[in-house]
Amino acid sequence: MSENPNTASSVHDGTDPISLSTSPFRRTMAALRADRLALIGMSLVVLFVLAAILAPILAPQNPYDLSRLDVLDGRQPPGTRSAGGMLYLLGTDDQGRDLLSAILYGLRTSLLVGVSSAAVALVLGASIGLFSAYAGGRIDAVLMRIVDIQLSFPAILIALIFLAILGQGVDKIIIALIVTQWAYYARTIRGSALVERQRAYVDAARSMALSDASILFRHILPNCLPPLIVVATMRVAYAIMLEATLSFLGIGLPVTQPSLGLLIANGFEYLLSGDYWISFFPGFALLLLIIGINLIGDALRDILNPRREG
Amino acid sequence: MAEPILSISDLNTSFRVHGKWQNVVRNVSFDVHPKETVAVVGESGSGKSVTALSIMRLLSPTGARVTGRIEFEGRDLLGLPIEEMPSIRGNRIGMIFQEPMTSLNPVLRIGDQIIEVLVQHRHLTHAQARSEAARLLERVRIPSARSRLDEYPLNFSGGMRQRVVIAIALACDPRLLIADEPTTALDVTIQAQILELIKTLQEEEGMSVLFITHDMGVVAEISDRAVVMHRGEAVETGPTPQIFASPSHPYTRALVSAVPQLGSMNGLDRPLRFPRVDLVTGEIEPPPPTADTVRRDAAPLLKVEGLVTRFDVRKGFLRRTIGRIHAVEDVSLELRPGETLSLVGESGCGKSTTGRSIIRLTEPRSGTVQIDGCDVRTAGKAGLAKIRRQAQMIFQDPFESLNPRIRVGDAIAEPIVAHRLCDAHAARDKVGDLLRRVGLSASMAERFPHEFSGGQRQRVCIARALALEPRLIIADESVSALDVSVKAQVINLMLDLQERYGLGYLFISHDMAVVERISHRVAVMYLGEIVEIGPRRAIFENPQHDYTRRLMAAVPIADPTRRRPRRVGNEEIESPFRAPTYVPPNRTYWQAGEGHFVQLG
Amino acid sequence: MSGYLLSRSLQTLLTLLVMSVLVFVGLYLVGNPVDVLLNANATPAERLEVIRSFGLDRPVWEQYWRFLTRALSGDLGNSFVFNQPALRLILNRMPATLELAFVALVIALLIGIPLGIYAGLKPRSALSRSIMTFSILGFSLPTFWIGLVMILVFSVTLGWLPASGRGQTVSVLGIPLSFLTLDGLSHLILPALNLALFKISLVIRLTRAGVIETMELDFVRFARAKGLPERRIVRVHVLKNTLIPLITVIGLELGSLIAFAVVTETIFSWPGMGKLIIDAIAVLDRPVILAYLMLTVVMFSVINLVVDILYSLVDPRVRLDGSS
Repeated sequence: MSENPNTASSVHDGTDPISLSTSPFRRTMAALRADRLALIGMSLVVLFVLAAILAPILAPQNPYDLSRLDVLDGRQPPGTRSAGGMLYLLGTDDQGRDLLSAILYGLRTSLLVGVSSAAVALVLGASIGLFSAYAGGRIDAVLMRIVDIQLSFPAILIALIFLAILGQGVDKIIIALIVTQWAYYARTIRGSALVERQRAYVDAARSMALSDASILFRHILPNCLPPLIVVATMRVAYAIMLEATLSFLGIGLPVTQPSLGLLIANGFEYLLSGDYWISFFPGFALLLLIIGINLIGDALRDILNPRREG
Repeated sequence: MAEPILSISDLNTSFRVHGKWQNVVRNVSFDVHPKETVAVVGESGSGKSVTALSIMRLLSPTGARVTGRIEFEGRDLLGLPIEEMPSIRGNRIGMIFQEPMTSLNPVLRIGDQIIEVLVQHRHLTHAQARSEAARLLERVRIPSARSRLDEYPLNFSGGMRQRVVIAIALACDPRLLIADEPTTALDVTIQAQILELIKTLQEEEGMSVLFITHDMGVVAEISDRAVVMHRGEAVETGPTPQIFASPSHPYTRALVSAVPQLGSMNGLDRPLRFPRVDLVTGEIEPPPPTADTVRRDAAPLLKVEGLVTRFDVRKGFLRRTIGRIHAVEDVSLELRPGETLSLVGESGCGKSTTGRSIIRLTEPRSGTVQIDGCDVRTAGKAGLAKIRRQAQMIFQDPFESLNPRIRVGDAIAEPIVAHRLCDAHAARDKVGDLLRRVGLSASMAERFPHEFSGGQRQRVCIARALALEPRLIIADESVSALDVSVKAQVINLMLDLQERYGLGYLFISHDMAVVERISHRVAVMYLGEIVEIGPRRAIFENPQHDYTRRLMAAVPIADPTRRRPRRVGNEEIESPFRAPTYVPPNRTYWQAGEGHFVQLG
Repeated sequence: MSGYLLSRSLQTLLTLLVMSVLVFVGLYLVGNPVDVLLNANATPAERLEVIRSFGLDRPVWEQYWRFLTRALSGDLGNSFVFNQPALRLILNRMPATLELAFVALVIALLIGIPLGIYAGLKPRSALSRSIMTFSILGFSLPTFWIGLVMILVFSVTLGWLPASGRGQTVSVLGIPLSFLTLDGLSHLILPALNLALFKISLVIRLTRAGVIETMELDFVRFARAKGLPERRIVRVHVLKNTLIPLITVIGLELGSLIAFAVVTETIFSWPGMGKLIIDAIAVLDRPVILAYLMLTVVMFSVINLVVDILYSLVDPRVRLDGSS
């Protein structure tokens, strides 16, 4: 055990505080702001989320209003102007859609699918994991077996099978993504809960005859949150990427609700003939979004590392 | 006196913490002479371990800065290029550390870990190194040494691993052995074996030992000279008898008076507080006499009969029971109001499990437990809540006992609010009052646990335990993790509270000297059973059972004038793990005196 | 040991059974494969004929029972699309996928482990920091997009490497392998690199974390106090402790690579199982989907088993029956 020069001398048992009294949440936020990479990540994410929410206002054209599209304007390189004078900042796709608008709307779908599936999977998985840790014994063993088996299969395979059965559609993709993710959350929180349950402050709470519910939700759960948050951030990014991949493969979202993945798929065939922008720009947007989320997740993992805490 | 083999002058070590340099060791100077044992003693934060690591230059070259002069065998170690240190480490100076369980690489065989040192420094061939390794293991008294070379560390107990570590450190006949708290993590009887081993090897090899420790008893037992460190400085240096008999620096005086000496309570009936020492002048204030708090006429506060707690060990997919841990076997005891009964023993003896079983933190298998007349085992939820108000528990690790995310005031108020003893507003006042009672200030309620020191946190835990106004407090190794002087203060606090509120304590501890100071009655446990129980004076002045005697003999006494010749055996501490078919034998007790019972067989 | 193998085999069979039931029932509820089997001009009479001959009018449990009994003799049905045994279709294309996955894994390990070790030993150096930042990029880049970029750069613009297909193969023990020929290699590089990119980042991060964690352990400090040279400490003490937990990850990642190859195969037109399964899902070619799934379950179980055995051989603290 290395000596910590910060420990107040024990003989004095002094009353000077070691650090300012702040809640764990504020401390985390402050640490995030201090990390340069995390700041970049947060800026990217905020930017993209705002762009997605404000898409109808920001987009120069509604890419799904078929009456506004002119197929003769298709496959125009970035910077050209339409007959009506609108500037195609990023070019157009084969249907004549302004790529910038298509990307903005595509962001909406990608974010919606990614975040909602992660959120539902989080609640579902965390509930199952927490229950499993609380119940213990055979129930715990069986549930964790199922979790283990599911985790030994790659997410993309599970998603493929589910989509084969369910078919196409936004709701079906969300369900498939939920199924691929819940096991991570369940396993993470169950592990944390078991560790926390052994700790002395839980014993102290039990010896004070606090109710089981009170112990679970007031003591154990808040201490399980840090690893869960880290996992959640990483999984959101992965979910967005997985959805894009599945859409690219043609079994994800239908053509009527394109996400960034589908946009990329559309442009694939034109790649070799030189019209690179149809695939490139949506891909770049997707890339920045995922990088942003992962940067935040990475920084959170360092900040919320339990060894750092005190 | 001969030329010192190690001469440290003006050692300064600083660490970079959050960008700033913090001086952890300040101007420390002392010598170690041939065949001498020098103890460096201090509490946490004193810089004693850092001093040892600085000598060996094992600190991170980027995060630490070491200046000064360390003369060893005619060279200044701090002036050497860092590439030359490996030829000195393990070769001319050996070093052993505190945690035997983690000092050895778990995935390499024991033999290989010894052989690599021999090959590196003494340039032996593999075959030569192998037979030398076997010889080394025999020297540290590990039986069947040759066959054990191919085993992994997980097959060795803590004490045995420490012996292996010593064998490795001494493999190349170093002139100096630096031992950094090597016995702190070991049980008392094992500690005695290791200390004796080090002493014997030192005499055989003619080497010097630099022994880092916080345990004044160990200092008194084995060292010729001592260096007392406090907050990075060497405040006093001198021959060990002098340090104990007539300490001059106020800190040393505080330290020496805070250390309980085994046998110092002979002739005293009641527990005794520790004296208070003024840290500026060094004046020692004798402890006030202790009132008699035991209510002999009242009904017993705690009555335990035939308590049994066992844990099944299950393996495999089908969860078959392959064995059982007999943690508590047929334990019976009584505690009167205002009395302190101590449970003592080493690892695995069941003392902690007994405490937990009494308030049903762990469910016992059979037996009766009555707290203030109420039956604990048959109580329903409401009954158990009521009983838990009467009996509260304080745990060992003050860092772990408090939820790090909850402010201290809320943590203390939690039981009050949960049991609906008063409303939230009144609870806040009560919290302030409780904090004052344990020597802290009411304004500290707003702080988080990480803002307190270890001793302060334990006081907070005591305040929380007092919140429900219990009559019995179970203290499970509550002072074991604290520094010596803090320990003394917390014990004084506990005695104060006992006098003021008539509290009864079930004091669970492995520290015999502390137990001697605080108890009215003592029960000695081994392998889940009580082997001897009786008034404190009877147990300490007239121990009857073999194990009690062995335990007493192993405790280091913090008085150099009472050094005893050592004759310790080689026994390991047995484990309470048994086959599923095991039936524990019936035990009988004979009476050795008034209230003093000893187990037969 | 044999008892352990038996219990693992039983577990695999159980998983197979459960999986097959779930997927079979699921597929049964969805869609009508008849539309695949017939062209649009078929008469209603022809429709009924096809339905009856394929047994599609029978209740689901009876269809499953037929499937199960046939499966025990190795016949997993014929593909609705190709009218060939589904199992044979998949097995024919499996070597290509496996080759791709294995080569990708080897690349990931050869690049990732050394970089991770370096980043772990010198975490504060500029090179380490750039390695770590680069690794975030690695697992943020969608595989399919980076594949497109690769084709764009290396095939279209620079013209160095082919954009699609598998190269010349050489038969080894009856299995056609392409990395033994120069032509094969040139076709293999881009897809394998594409597939490996994600994993490289993972391996770098895991190795680095493992090294950092191990370097802080007590026995490393003790090894230094023994006077061992730093090189030996890293090579003997740190490496073994770091690489052992990596074995489990490698096993998991191999499975993931085999599954994710679907994407790479689509982009680079690599003739593996992936394209087959994507097409099968699009038209609901049930026998192929089922056969692919069962084969995958068996493959993953075998991989997991090999990993567990390997682990227990290397780490003395772990015994196969769960005791330690």
